[in-house]
Amino acid sequence: MKAFLILEDGHVFTGTSIGSAREVISEIVFNTSMTGYLEVMTDPSYAGQAVCMTYPLIGNYGICYDDQESTKPWIDAFIVRELSRVPSNFRSVDTIQHFLTKHDIPGIAGIDTRALTKILREKGTMNGMITTDENYDLNAILPKLKAYTTGKVVEKVTCREKEILPGNGPKVALMDFGAKRNIARSLNKRGCQVTIYPALTPAEEILGDHPDGIMLSNGPGDPKECTSIIKEVKKLYDSDVPIFAICLGHQLMALATGGDTYKMKYGHRGGNHPVKDLATGRVYISSQNHGYVVDAKDLEEKNIAHPAFVNVNDGTNEGMAYVGKNIFTVQFHPEACPGPQDSGYLFDRFMEMMGGNK
Amino acid sequence: MPRNKDIKKVLVIGSGPIIIGQAAEFDYAGTQACRSLKEEGLEVVLLNSNPATIMTDKDIADRVYIEPLTVEVVEQLILKEKPDSVLPTLGGQAGLNLAMELDEKGFLKEHNVRLIGTTAQTIKKAEDRQEFKDTMEKIGEPVAASKVVTTVEDGFAFTNTIGYPVVLRPAYTLGGSGGGIAHNEFELREILENGLRLSRVGEVLVERCIAGWKEIEYEVMRDSAGNCITVCNMENIDPVGVHTGDSIVVAPSQTLGDKEYQMLRTSALNIITELGITGGCNVQYALKPDSFEYCVIEVNPRVSRSSALASKATGYPIAKVAAKIALGYTLDEIPNAITGKTYASFEPMLDYCVVKIPRLPFDKFITAKRTLTTQMKATGEVMSICHNFEGALMKAIRSLEQHVDSLMSYDFTQLTDEELLDELAIVDDRRIWKIAEAIRRGMPQSMLHDITKIDIWFIDKLAILVGMENALKTRKLTKELLLEAKRMEFPDYIIARLTGRTEEEIKDLRAEYGIKAAYKMVDTCAAEFAAATPYYYSVYGDEGTENEAVATPDKKKILVLGSGPIRIGQGIEFDFCSVHCTWAFAKEGYETIIINNNPETVSTDFDIADKLYFEPLTPEDVENIVNIEKPDGAVVQFGGQTAIKLTEALTKMGVKILGTSAENVDAAEDRELFDEILEKCQIPRPKGHTVFTAEEAKKAANELGYPVLVRPSYVLGGQGMRIAVSDEDVEEYIGVINQIAQEHPILVDKYLMGKEIEVDAVCDGEDILIPGIMEHIERAGIHSGDSISVYPARTISAKAKETIAEYTRRLARALHVIGMINIQFIVLGDDVYVIEVNPRSSRTVPYISKVTGIPIVPLATRVILGYKLKDMGYEPGLQPEAKHIAIKMPVFSFEKIRGADISLGPEMKSTGECLGIAETFNEALYKAFLGAGIRLPKYKNMIMTVRPEEQEDAVPIAKRFEALGYRIYATRGTANTLKEHGVKVIRTNKLEQPAPNLMDLILGHKIDVVIDIPSQGVEHQKDGFVIRRNAIETGVNVLTSLDTAEALVTSLENTDANKLSLIDIATIARR
Repeated sequence: MKAFLILEDGHVFTGTSIGSAREVISEIVFNTSMTGYLEVMTDPSYAGQAVCMTYPLIGNYGICYDDQESTKPWIDAFIVRELSRVPSNFRSVDTIQHFLTKHDIPGIAGIDTRALTKILREKGTMNGMITTDENYDLNAILPKLKAYTTGKVVEKVTCREKEILPGNGPKVALMDFGAKRNIARSLNKRGCQVTIYPALTPAEEILGDHPDGIMLSNGPGDPKECTSIIKEVKKLYDSDVPIFAICLGHQLMALATGGDTYKMKYGHRGGNHPVKDLATGRVYISSQNHGYVVDAKDLEEKNIAHPAFVNVNDGTNEGMAYVGKNIFTVQFHPEACPGPQDSGYLFDRFMEMMGGNK
Repeated sequence: MPRNKDIKKVLVIGSGPIIIGQAAEFDYAGTQACRSLKEEGLEVVLLNSNPATIMTDKDIADRVYIEPLTVEVVEQLILKEKPDSVLPTLGGQAGLNLAMELDEKGFLKEHNVRLIGTTAQTIKKAEDRQEFKDTMEKIGEPVAASKVVTTVEDGFAFTNTIGYPVVLRPAYTLGGSGGGIAHNEFELREILENGLRLSRVGEVLVERCIAGWKEIEYEVMRDSAGNCITVCNMENIDPVGVHTGDSIVVAPSQTLGDKEYQMLRTSALNIITELGITGGCNVQYALKPDSFEYCVIEVNPRVSRSSALASKATGYPIAKVAAKIALGYTLDEIPNAITGKTYASFEPMLDYCVVKIPRLPFDKFITAKRTLTTQMKATGEVMSICHNFEGALMKAIRSLEQHVDSLMSYDFTQLTDEELLDELAIVDDRRIWKIAEAIRRGMPQSMLHDITKIDIWFIDKLAILVGMENALKTRKLTKELLLEAKRMEFPDYIIARLTGRTEEEIKDLRAEYGIKAAYKMVDTCAAEFAAATPYYYSVYGDEGTENEAVATPDKKKILVLGSGPIRIGQGIEFDFCSVHCTWAFAKEGYETIIINNNPETVSTDFDIADKLYFEPLTPEDVENIVNIEKPDGAVVQFGGQTAIKLTEALTKMGVKILGTSAENVDAAEDRELFDEILEKCQIPRPKGHTVFTAEEAKKAANELGYPVLVRPSYVLGGQGMRIAVSDEDVEEYIGVINQIAQEHPILVDKYLMGKEIEVDAVCDGEDILIPGIMEHIERAGIHSGDSISVYPARTISAKAKETIAEYTRRLARALHVIGMINIQFIVLGDDVYVIEVNPRSSRTVPYISKVTGIPIVPLATRVILGYKLKDMGYEPGLQPEAKHIAIKMPVFSFEKIRGADISLGPEMKSTGECLGIAETFNEALYKAFLGAGIRLPKYKNMIMTVRPEEQEDAVPIAKRFEALGYRIYATRGTANTLKEHGVKVIRTNKLEQPAPNLMDLILGHKIDVVIDIPSQGVEHQKDGFVIRRNAIETGVNVLTSLDTAEALVTSLENTDANKLSLIDIATIARR
């Protein structure tokens, strides 16, 4: 079946429908990772977005449920050049075609994904629609596309109830703003007892459980939409509990302490971004997925926090160290999945902040 | 960290002659490194014995020494030039081994020279089997159970503990020389004995066999601050068991999930960190297909063939970055030249798929075993880029220029199913074609996987291609089907063949449907950042596919056609010519556009031409580019036969061929036309006839009188050329020639036994310039590429030289040559005969340019643009001879190709060359042999076995060897003749006679050289063949021509090895 990707600026790509045939409007973003499509699809940070993979051959190693970063795929739609006819991997239990259909995720294949990426690069991230309706009416669709916003997606993706992963080490409170599974796993693997809290859990409740450390997770959407959460994060900041934050968590901490965030032209999504640890000068290749970024200027001037990591390519902020606090936050993803594991050492640093394994 | 300012003068060691396992990739790496060093204002001293390289050009380095790569030479050079640093990691294993020896001797320390880049300690940790294993164990990286043994007995003892099969890897050899898999005691003994001998340190690693696992490679970079990145990973389609140089390789990996990809990536970073490598490094893994279990196979602590491939596959200039790292820069300080926005600490992301296929030399060595093992056999490779695997594979196949263009190119239809299954189990270069045949017969993919261990994903891709063949044969050719076939890169003429239409019809249909090639950019970042470097590959699509290649307006554009994969007969020399031609056009203000498909070469570096199209060199692929670029002209005379073959097609496309016209190229190749021209010019040539059948050939041969030379027209490197002494020979040869697809007639010529002479000349339409006359040491009958070539010619008369110059002038004028011409002559006394004329650049051009100081390619390029030789300050005619003697010595790779006959003849067999240059002939000759790896005397024992006709001629040579203290062993006939003439000779038994016989002598490892002059014609006696093979495989030098033997003894008689003079090529100015 034919499918069409219609962009907010009027561009139309014609391809083949994959997965569900239902119509969808979403924010179109691209990811440059060459592997890890299942991790991308199931990363809750992509809620409200349709993801275009720049690598043209997708589905080669099939689907292995163990690799999911959450319970289900969160992407609105999937855009690829080509889906593999035969998946081949010893762990594969499903095909990507079936996986998309099963979860009612629409998609389009066979389009010039490089051309699409270039449009997004030049004009910035924009909204789009995937439809199988050959008689689509551009005039009717374009205003709808412009009106679309991802909205308050954190509330959609966070867990409903508290969950505890047992461990003998430090007790970590993990704030689930749309956490990737491997954050909890990385902590649990290091012996931590991890308690996962829904995003809207009041700070008092968390602090009342007397955690040794608090982990603020990644998550989707515009951080400024998370007004109530920001207030709670400020309370966590005011406590003396060590805090480590990733991605959205990093942005929320900045907003909670008087900093600012802004939307990037087309974001960073991929597994090849070099970040420099300003304390050591060392460069690490990181896994990234963000459309918003912290503006470090205010926090620095007010001596609340100082940049700890910076992106080598474009100089944007990649991490903050909070003055007089046992808090550090990063924009990138030390939990990897997908992507390089180079910055996994940051979990060890967090362990040290919490006093290590007792 | 900024650059280390203490580094001011750097010695770069190159990799020497092109041999299997160490090819053009090191010219690419070395050239890029030298340019990178010079960019920093450093003084670069270059040492490389290979004159065909671009790196040995005075534009590339400040001081250039084309001298043998021996410890003594490097020491002398360091004393002379006093560099403060040596950069050893860009010259392959040869450069690395030299640096290690100098370091171990303490010479570097003594003279305050440091190794920059990776340290000697690190190199040792990575290269020494035991140290490497210990290091891997220390950091918990798994390696296959293994043990380093120094004796055959230890090898057996260890194998008994781990069981067969075992892999054997000699330490410190390149391209896996002497390695292999042993399945039983017999094989173990054979490979182990050989490996122990070949290893520089007499060590062989015996290892658990992990054949059948996935073979995955990572290219890693690390700087002195400890930052590391992976440039690229690659997956070998052929599982572990086939040398990666002989495997079909795809980048990035296709069948690895993120978990496996990152697991191995992290491992590679841990390894490079633990080893402390600063620069580039290659890590090879075996990954068990049904678990996360893996083994580290090998680490190369230097740039390698794989890193050249990774550079071209990603656009990340590994050698350039490695050189900058050696100077002290960190990755985040080195800008990414492609994007200009990112830094070298960025990991390339591909939005396409790359396929590399090795170019194997079995078309040259028809007796050789085609089996692929851990011993590399390929002479070169092709790479292709597409946004799907099927298309990349199809493009790579047709880039090979081995008469293959699809999965239908080898015919296995005559095999029974059982036979086909047996064939499938044999790992050779035709395996994908056998799998395709099995798929056509409906054999289940799982069964094909079980037999070949090739991943199902790749087998299914072959099935998709076979499915398309069927669809084209059976289904209606709709727009969708045609688009799909083109997306998979089926050439128009194949679609035409399968659909029963003409190529023209398919082309028209495509135009109607709007299906055409679009070009995408290799930008290192999957389009995330804008890139300015026009490095393109094609994809077929309809109007929905964006084309990124746009012709530059208002600029004169020139198309330079490259020479494709390195093969015997068409080597790196043509890349030298293409690159210099490109630079010369750029100097004249042209926009230069290169099309080539060889990832090992300098010409496919993205900053050589203004635009690079990484594409197959076939008419359709070239036409697509022509349609977009509309070049003002094309140059074909520098790209060897590959480019010449495209002349007709280019003319049809309306592209102007600059320089010598297509008709005149044809005239030189067309026997009748050529004869007319010779007659008109009053130039004699050996009598000959053009024939089409064996019957005609025999008739011609008898009329001319045997011996005759039989060859197909339109060949390079003497492919299919033989000397025939009888009717039987003629019949057999014609059979061989017809095996190779042949549209052109066959030439039968009288064979003349004279001096063979070669000239390269530049003609501007009026005047010619001959830089010098080269004389071959071996008499006519041995391919010019396999002959030792001496400049200036020494033994021919002044009158003959005059005649040669005159004939060259007449021929160039008669053929209306504008640009380059190469002519081969035979000289008998004062008589000069022409045997071959090529109105194009030749193999000897880089050599003669360098030793005469005359920049022939730039001159020829300017001539093509209308300049006159006189206006450029050159006196036309034969140039004055140089004071020095420069000898080009062919280098062979026979030890790599099991079963190849090494006897020399009209068919070229050498893979590379080296130079010996000195004030005296003897020293030059000595250097040339030394550069070719012939280091004598050792044991002063030799074997002679000479065919009856030449036994008398062998006597003086034997006497001279005897005078040098050599003990001569000879077989009966030769021994008798030598004895009669007073040579003390020890008669030895032939092979079939009881021990001790010839073979025992050879296998006793105490023989310096075997002089074996086989009978001409088809060699029906297997004896000589077996002797030569065994000698080669045990590392004994074998000479198959008395002329070469005489040259060798001359060089041994006169030269003091410790007092070699060193000549800076860069100071040779034209006289």
